[in-house]
Amino acid sequence: VSTQHFPALIVVVPLLLSFVVFTVGLARRRLCLPIVIFALLACLAFAVNILRDVLTRGGTIRYFLGAWEPPWGIEYAVDHLNALILVAIAIVSLLVAIHSRSIIAKELPASKLGPFYTLLLLQVTGLFGMTITGDVFNLYVLLEIASFSAYAIIAMGEGGAPFAAFRYMIFGTIGACAYLLGIGYLYILTGSLNMADLRQLLVPLYESRVLLVGFAFIMVGVAIKMAFFPVHTWLPDSYTLAPSAVSALLAPLFTKVGVYVLLRFLFTVFDPAFSIQMFPVLKILGGIAVIGILFASIMALAQTDLKRMLCYLIVAEIGYIVVGIACANRLGLTGAILHTVNDMFMMGCLFTAAGSILAYRGSRNIENFRGLHRTMPVTLAVFVAGALSVVGVPPFCGFFSKWYLVLGTIHAKQWVYLGALLAGSLLNAILFFRVLEKSYFELRDERGHTEPHGQRRFIIDRIPRTELIPMVLFALMLLFLGLFSNSIIRDIVAYAIPKTL
Amino acid sequence: MTEFIIGKFNYWIYILLIIIGLYGMMAKNNLMKKLIGMTIFQWAIILFYISIGAKRGGTIPIIMTTNPNDVVRAADYVNPLPHVLMLTAIVVGVATTGIALTLLIIIYQRYGTLEEDRIIRALRK
Repeated sequence: VSTQHFPALIVVVPLLLSFVVFTVGLARRRLCLPIVIFALLACLAFAVNILRDVLTRGGTIRYFLGAWEPPWGIEYAVDHLNALILVAIAIVSLLVAIHSRSIIAKELPASKLGPFYTLLLLQVTGLFGMTITGDVFNLYVLLEIASFSAYAIIAMGEGGAPFAAFRYMIFGTIGACAYLLGIGYLYILTGSLNMADLRQLLVPLYESRVLLVGFAFIMVGVAIKMAFFPVHTWLPDSYTLAPSAVSALLAPLFTKVGVYVLLRFLFTVFDPAFSIQMFPVLKILGGIAVIGILFASIMALAQTDLKRMLCYLIVAEIGYIVVGIACANRLGLTGAILHTVNDMFMMGCLFTAAGSILAYRGSRNIENFRGLHRTMPVTLAVFVAGALSVVGVPPFCGFFSKWYLVLGTIHAKQWVYLGALLAGSLLNAILFFRVLEKSYFELRDERGHTEPHGQRRFIIDRIPRTELIPMVLFALMLLFLGLFSNSIIRDIVAYAIPKTL
Repeated sequence: MTEFIIGKFNYWIYILLIIIGLYGMMAKNNLMKKLIGMTIFQWAIILFYISIGAKRGGTIPIIMTTNPNDVVRAADYVNPLPHVLMLTAIVVGVATTGIALTLLIIIYQRYGTLEEDRIIRALRK
């Protein structure tokens, strides 16, 4: 296979293999995970190759599906921005899939393993497709593929999970339909659905009222899908009640790909001049994001359920990213793009560690974390790495992206944004301190025993290596992204920012 | 004014259907009625797309003449693209309904009811 077909294969391979997984899963469940890992490894290879191609060519790779040229055919377009996101999705989903092996065996009956892995691959297919496509209607279809697999995979959980999935579905469908309506308005005006084509055709129409309505519909749709405050209400319930392996898959990826779609519309489909000057969308988004950050951080403090706490953290992180975009300058946007990628790994790190802790302790309540450092030192260390990164402690990656976000707000002289960023980080620090205090400094363990003095010896967590290694890799990725953030910005992110800024 | 209302009646119907659908999703307590609202909402958007492709006096988009020298005027044909897009959207809609009904069956098996307030009460316990 020649490398020029990689942009298509990164979507086609997981899509086709998801059906293979389903069929194989009916007869031999043990083969499911190897096929999934093979598919994700292949996707990682494609993604890395695409990124390398983009870097060496220094421009957009355009792939025409079925050799139909745009605007008639569907085009896959990869530039620096989505090449970076593709690689991040590939790494995170691979690590999460390996980590899920023993967790999912505890959470779901064996008969559900085949469907679980099928939906996992479909989810990844949708996310890759949303990231790579250059066609707004194709994006809708792939968005729905990702959403449907999310609804179904969340509903696999115990207790209230199907109900939470149904509520998510109502919300998600309103979002997707608003998006569909929005692109319908753009289509009326231009007769085109191709992003690059739309960008040129829309410029003379920026004064049109139909365009504004369409743009507003698209923004609402994307905001719902990326769990932007105040339309985030579907997220805490559904991600908390979903099986841990599922929330570890969805939490890092889905909302961040939504942010990517937002960036695409603000700066590729529409000219930055439109999004910044002609329509005050960035000011509106930024103002709401400030409230969202404070609201979500305070709500996170109020939770006693570890997963629900992390879910509110996602909403706050989305707020940070949007604040960075709302700064509308190079520094803020650098921070926003970097934070999107970093947040995938931070949330992957936190949710996989939380999944292992919950599977071991059996309760989501933070009160039950007493003495965790004695039984699960490595898992807890991974959790701490994620927490430090979210709070923004160097050398973890969260520090660097937040640094650029802060610089962006200062440069834009937006002191309210700056205040929200700093207050949010402070609240996150308090939040994690509460968890870590319970797990490190409480002397009694979960049964209320105090350990006799002098009997402490170092033990490594009694959990399978397939859980331990992906988690540790996540933590190392946080360090890696932090230490190499300079070259990531210089070589990739700098080119992903619109030149006019 | 009457021309504005009657001449664009298909768009008025689509707006009305969207409002009915949103009302069903937001205000109804029964999950099945919420699902019906959701379906009406989706179908309203399909109607909108069909409307923008249609043309008064337009015919099906198959070129009628066999003579290659004849001029083909795009204005004589309806625009097939929105209709083709809606084939995909209908498939999406059917899939949504399928998943939603599956979820409702599971919810009904767990709680014995589809009334939202009763399910929430059962979950709080």
